[in-house]
Amino acid sequence: MKGKTGDGGWSPYLAGAFLGLLAIASVYATTRWLGKTSYLGASTTFVRAAGLLERAVAPDRVAKNEYFTKEKVRVDWQFMLVLGIFLGALVASATDRSLKLESVPPTWEKRFGPSVGKRASGAFLGGIVAMVGARLADGCPSGHGLSGMMQLSVSAFVALAMFFGVGVFVAALVYGRRSP
Amino acid sequence: MTTEQWLGLATGVLFGFLLQKGRVLRFDKQIGAMLLKDMTIFKFMLSSILVGMVGITLLRDAGIVTSGHKSMNLGAVLLGGALFGGGWAVMGFCPGTSIGAVGEGRWHAVFAIAGMVAGAALYAELYPFFKTTVLAWKDYGKIGLPETVGISPWVIIPVFWAVTILVFYWFEKKGL
Repeated sequence: MKGKTGDGGWSPYLAGAFLGLLAIASVYATTRWLGKTSYLGASTTFVRAAGLLERAVAPDRVAKNEYFTKEKVRVDWQFMLVLGIFLGALVASATDRSLKLESVPPTWEKRFGPSVGKRASGAFLGGIVAMVGARLADGCPSGHGLSGMMQLSVSAFVALAMFFGVGVFVAALVYGRRSP
Repeated sequence: MTTEQWLGLATGVLFGFLLQKGRVLRFDKQIGAMLLKDMTIFKFMLSSILVGMVGITLLRDAGIVTSGHKSMNLGAVLLGGALFGGGWAVMGFCPGTSIGAVGEGRWHAVFAIAGMVAGAALYAELYPFFKTTVLAWKDYGKIGLPETVGISPWVIIPVFWAVTILVFYWFEKKGL
C-alpha cells in the first residue's frame, strides 16, 4: 500500500484514517467546549445559507417559514465548518501544486463536450434535486455516510445504499457509453 | 467570532485539507465511483469510518459524548436518498465536497453550490407538504444497529472491519 499517489496526494486510506481521528476529536471537542455533541455534516448549512440570502430580500417570509424556524438561520458551528473546508482544500492544493482551474471536468467533457453552459446547467439542476433529497433524508454523504456509519445508525446504512445505488444507476444512464 | 464558530472553522480547515489530500473532491473521482471504475472515495470514506467508529463508540460507552442518530424515517430516507443519488450523479459533487472543490480551483462547483442553495430554499417551501405526506408515513425513530438487532457494537465493529478489509483487498486486486 503506497503512502502517496502519483500526483503528490496522500493514499486515500491514510487520509481517510486521519479523517476518522478528526471525527473522534471533533465529537469530543464539541461536547467539551460547546456543551452539545455535534457530528460532522454539511447539508444543513445550505438551508441556513438559503435562509440568510432570502432574509436579505424577504425577511417576513423567512421568519414565517416553518423549516427555517426549525433549523435556525444563523452562522453556527457547521456553517463555519463548511467554510473551513474551502480554506483547507485551498491550502492543501496550493502547497502541493494540485490547485488547478477547471471549468469542465474530463469525464463530463467526454460525454457532453467543452460547453461551460451545459456543465453549469447540469451542476445547478443536479444540485437542486440532490439538496431536496438530502434535506428529506436529513443528511448527505457527510452526515449519513461518515457520521451515521461511524455510529452504526440504521438510517445511515439505508441512506448510503440509496445514495450510491441510485447514483450508479443514473451515472450509467448519463455517462455510460451508448451502444451503437 | 464565537468559540462555536472558531471551533467549526478549525475543524473544517482540517476536514477540507484531508479531503483534498485524499483527492476525493474531484468530479471525476465521484463519478468514477458511480461508474464503478475508481473506488478512491470509498477507500477514503470506509477508512475514516473504520477509525471513527471505534473511538466514537468508546466515547459513547464511557458516557463522554451522546449519540446523534438521524431518524430512520422510511419514506424520507428512501425517497430523499434516491433523489440525492440521482442529483449527485449529474452534479458530481456532494454538499461538503462542492465547497472544497472550489477551494482547489474546480470553480464549476459554484454552479453546484448555487443549485444546492436553491434546492434548500425549495425544500423549505415544500416542507409543510412533505411533513403531512412522505415524513408522516413511517418513522422508526433515531435507532442504532446494535440495539435494533440486539448485538453488541463490539461484535459488529470487528465484523465490519473484517468485511471492509476484504473489500479493500478486492479493490486493490482489481485496480479500482
